[in-house]
Amino acid sequence: MRVLSAQQVACEKSDRQLFSNINIELYSSQLLYVTGENGAGKTSLLRILVGLSVPSAGVVEINGHDIHKNVHDASEHLLYFGHKQGISQLLTPTENLKFWCQQHGVDKNDEAIHVILAELGLTGLEDIAVKNLSAGQQRRVTLAKLWLKTAATLWVLDEPFTALDVQLIAELEAKMTSFLKTGGAIIITSHQKLHIDYPLSNLHLDYSW
Amino acid sequence: MWKWINSFAKPERAYWLCDVLQNWFAGVAITGLIIGIVWGLGYAPQDYQQGDSFRIIYIHVPSAILAMGAYVAMAIAALVGVVWQWRTAFMFMIAIAPVGAVMTFISLFTGSFWGKPMWGTWWIWDARLTSQLILLFLYLGVISLYTAFEDKQQAGKAAGVMAMVGVINIPIIHFSVEWWNTLHQGATITKIGKPSIAPEMLWPLLICILGFAAFIGWVTIIRMKNEIIMRDLHRPWVAQRFGGAETGVAEAVANVDGQP
Amino acid sequence: MVALQSVFLKDVALAYRQRAELMQPLMFFVLVITLFPLAIGPSPETLQRIGGGVIWVAAILSLLLGMERMFRDDFADGSLEQYMLSPTPLYLIVVVKVLTHWLMHIVPLFLISPLLALFLNLTFDMYVALMLTLLLGTPLISFIGGIGVALTVGLHRGGVLLALLLIPIFIPLLIFATSAIESASMLLPYHAQLAIIAALLLFSVALSPMAIAYSLKVSQN
Repeated sequence: MRVLSAQQVACEKSDRQLFSNINIELYSSQLLYVTGENGAGKTSLLRILVGLSVPSAGVVEINGHDIHKNVHDASEHLLYFGHKQGISQLLTPTENLKFWCQQHGVDKNDEAIHVILAELGLTGLEDIAVKNLSAGQQRRVTLAKLWLKTAATLWVLDEPFTALDVQLIAELEAKMTSFLKTGGAIIITSHQKLHIDYPLSNLHLDYSW
Repeated sequence: MWKWINSFAKPERAYWLCDVLQNWFAGVAITGLIIGIVWGLGYAPQDYQQGDSFRIIYIHVPSAILAMGAYVAMAIAALVGVVWQWRTAFMFMIAIAPVGAVMTFISLFTGSFWGKPMWGTWWIWDARLTSQLILLFLYLGVISLYTAFEDKQQAGKAAGVMAMVGVINIPIIHFSVEWWNTLHQGATITKIGKPSIAPEMLWPLLICILGFAAFIGWVTIIRMKNEIIMRDLHRPWVAQRFGGAETGVAEAVANVDGQP
Repeated sequence: MVALQSVFLKDVALAYRQRAELMQPLMFFVLVITLFPLAIGPSPETLQRIGGGVIWVAAILSLLLGMERMFRDDFADGSLEQYMLSPTPLYLIVVVKVLTHWLMHIVPLFLISPLLALFLNLTFDMYVALMLTLLLGTPLISFIGGIGVALTVGLHRGGVLLALLLIPIFIPLLIFATSAIESASMLLPYHAQLAIIAALLLFSVALSPMAIAYSLKVSQN
């Protein structure tokens, strides 16, 4: 099943053409690894693919919905994980995830959230404001969304390994593999090398002036 | 027809259009301003109450009307840019904004000069002067929002929203300021049927308005060409149009700056 | 519906946890009003004449101070991105956020206003007019202000710019509101002014959510 298709996508930032003519066809159980130098436009590409930025040309479809005309249907089975974590510093992990679930139509109660937080090694920290957690712990709270939104068919992960310890990187890679094996598709950028036992396709963005 | 209009969303086409229109606007502006101002200041009859001091209306009225007109033009450009995603529309918007702001300033300045012999004071909180002052603030808001963004595409869209909010507000501001201060002589030219201004005074005024309008168009076109070249400096069409790659660009920049 | 409710609850929880910050605009409001009797003189007639205008100017300025909070944190921590990728249309979320913000900022203002009416020697009729104009006018400030916040939220130093953009837009509101209070001081009816403010409010409620949603998309592009 085709999860995402991008045709002739181009991006301009500050009147500079970052990339043009990008074509992507992503099917379920596929892993796309986007590489490129700093400033080549990896993040910009990912933001265009999920519908947060408008491309200067081209069309993106997720599960058959045009991402820019119909962003709400298109993002129904999408999980985007960007540079900004999307969790509020003043709320506790439980509150953050509870509100997030309600906003994204994920039916999970507090107990289910606690179970997942425990799985990620945050036992005892469920009700402490996120600002009091360490960078790695905050990252785990954000990652819990991958465990929560089971209806997702596409993950778009922008540098997910930042500030994670070795053990959690391994855990996340295992989670990614099992997601791929159950029919999910992933688009990922990463500075670290991917140690994932799964065939991957690579998209390399060249830095253009 | 639609396709033809839409082609001006491309900077090279818009640049071509500017080139075509530039000399026409320049011609109308120069003739209109010379005829209108000489006629108005030299030959039109004196006002029986205000004497020669009324002659400042040949500057004041055109600049006041067109300051408003330029704002509306800017907002229409913003709407086109937001709805049809024309880059050139935002370029036009930012090309005309400072011109309109200067017109607003001229109208305030001349209004204040006119006020001195009339009311005996440089500034009076009269309804039209006040609205014009608020219009100046709206212009400055749009311009400062545009300059605050580094990415000019983002800047265009943001300033465009502000321009549209402003244009919706202009009638409301006018109405509220009129309410606040109902002491002012009625509108002079727009009275339909029986104009209260003598035809010998009206004609030079209309010519002046035409000249001012063409002048605004002329300056805007030059600024627009400048903007297009600056923004598209690295695109192939600029290099093609101005000859060789690197020298062409340098020449283009020199051209728009008006330096040899 | 659940989604919108959770947006509301989240914003209320956040506001409660930042209640110290919430108090600052209110303090500012009181302080500005205190300055006027000191600058102009304590004569009750003068204070009564300028009272309505002073309270309104101070209210606009203090609301501008707190305005930035509307989208700043959501923009900075990425919650805004997640809202955009949620199944709820952004303009509905925006409406909820603007109203929550209004509620958090206006309730304290209302609670403190009898004291200020006392400070500035307002008559009871003027006080009623002040309350009514505040009730109708402050949501207008929040909705229009939301556009300005959405436009400047991505800029590093957007605070002063926000005021520059918004103050000219608020002039009609200021004129009608103070005119209503002035009419009340002369025991004249002021339905017309209230009706105009209400019309402006409805107009802004109809149009500004779209403008805010668009501006937010531009800001985080």
